[in-house]
Amino acid sequence: MMAVARVDQMRKSISAVMTTGTAVCTFAAVGILLVILSHIALKGVGSLNFRFLVDAPKPVGEGGGIGNAVLGSVVLLGLSSAIGLPLGIAVGIYLSEVGHGRLAGGVRFIVDTLTGIPSIVTGVFVYAIVVLPTKHFSAFAGGVALALIMVPIVSRTTEEMLKLVPHSLREGALALGAPQWRVVLGVVVPAAASGIATGAILAVARVSGETAPLLFTAFGSRFFSTDLNQPIASLTVQIYNYAISPYDEWHAQAWAATLVLMTLILGINIVVRILTRRRF
Amino acid sequence: MAQTAIPRIEVRERRANEGADQKSAPPKVSVHDLNFFYGKNQALHNISLNIAERMVMAFIGPSGCGKSTFLRTLNRMNDVIPATRVDGKVLIDNNDIYAPGTDVVELRRRVGMVFQKSNPFPKSIFDNVAYGLRINRITKSSSELSDRVQQALEDAALWTEVKDRLKTSALSLSGGQQQRLCIARALAIRPDVLLMDEPASALDPIATSKIEELIFDLKKQYTIVIVTHNMQQAARVSDTTAFFLLGKLIEVNATEKMFTAPDEKLTEDYITGRFG
Repeated sequence: MMAVARVDQMRKSISAVMTTGTAVCTFAAVGILLVILSHIALKGVGSLNFRFLVDAPKPVGEGGGIGNAVLGSVVLLGLSSAIGLPLGIAVGIYLSEVGHGRLAGGVRFIVDTLTGIPSIVTGVFVYAIVVLPTKHFSAFAGGVALALIMVPIVSRTTEEMLKLVPHSLREGALALGAPQWRVVLGVVVPAAASGIATGAILAVARVSGETAPLLFTAFGSRFFSTDLNQPIASLTVQIYNYAISPYDEWHAQAWAATLVLMTLILGINIVVRILTRRRF
Repeated sequence: MAQTAIPRIEVRERRANEGADQKSAPPKVSVHDLNFFYGKNQALHNISLNIAERMVMAFIGPSGCGKSTFLRTLNRMNDVIPATRVDGKVLIDNNDIYAPGTDVVELRRRVGMVFQKSNPFPKSIFDNVAYGLRINRITKSSSELSDRVQQALEDAALWTEVKDRLKTSALSLSGGQQQRLCIARALAIRPDVLLMDEPASALDPIATSKIEELIFDLKKQYTIVIVTHNMQQAARVSDTTAFFLLGKLIEVNATEKMFTAPDEKLTEDYITGRFG
């Protein structure tokens, strides 16, 4: 009896230590995030006002804002989503539902490799295939660069989500005389829709923080523009330019722009969460 | 609603009576020397079997004996499993369903299937039943669609339980209701043959008895093949029973004879619980 009690005591102590350990780790991870967020909020909120959000940049000492960069980021994200999401989702559907054997294996390997490519390499690549032939920086080139970064993220998450859909659903639809494409588009993809949307958000959130591939594709601009054929501003590049400048005023604006960027990403997350809320 | 429903039943019953008159009607499904392989493993050996129209045939046998595999050869559901191979003939209404050029989608429309685990789509109750009608473009108007959905739910004895919440998720139903929903979904497109792969194995006794009553009603209109692990169930619902063992068909007989005086010793041993 004594031995049993001691083993019991031992088990309880180990359990308590482990629980405390995981709790400490959780607080550490969440704590770091909170420190970053609150630091940015504290530094940024001082320069933040309505004019800052809508005005174009002005010379040092005259104030000015990041309106053009907000607009530019929205244009770039819209363009890259329009190219990258359909392409990535289509590749994911191919990998999960259509492709078998060597070709699919090869595609999966290429997608995985693509995920690991540093984003600046993607930027250089787009510089070579879009910027050099057209002889100028453009919003279009920036959108292509961001789309290339999105494709592997979206296709891998799409594939994983589709594979989680039980095989019995596919058989159920096939048994009702549904051709394969209708099974995939009408049953399997809708069943995985919220997961696919989550993957898409992750991809959008990821590229909305990208700076390197935009430096020599979209380049940046100090004016309002929605022309895809012209250089365009973006929050990240503007933050970069202001942060490396020698002026305190621009440093403060960089902090404020960072806060705006983070809020934008948070906003995207919340909106899509609401839109894809599980109805069934 | 009644306008479309009533003539259909009359037609069905007239056909049923005709069937009873013709004693030597050709079998609905006729299988000749069927062999089936998963890769190099042979799962079915020289199966030959006839299934009569508007009757219930039950497949019994221990786990892994090939009952489900055989059932799935009847609507070519095994096609979706890679590295499988079939030889032999399966005739449905005298057409070989493994002949080259067979339209598998059309075949599966005529040979419906209910699975062991209920598999409702994550859609509303209505959309689940309407799915087969929509993809096969069977109905021409939305009122016809909702009539057919109601009819199918009534045939599956589920209508009174769900008629006030057709727009809610099918996943909110209980296990037994979900399985009857899957039956309704299969019935909505009015197949000729209904394959049921252990439809009640995951259900409680009350839900099971509902499904069994349903099978009894459905055989007026459909040819039914049911796989079951439960021998009492086979005895209760079927007209003929086939006993499978290790991928071979040991015996096919009228259910009553099968459970009282089977021809084969192996069958008797299995039924009396000496193995399996």
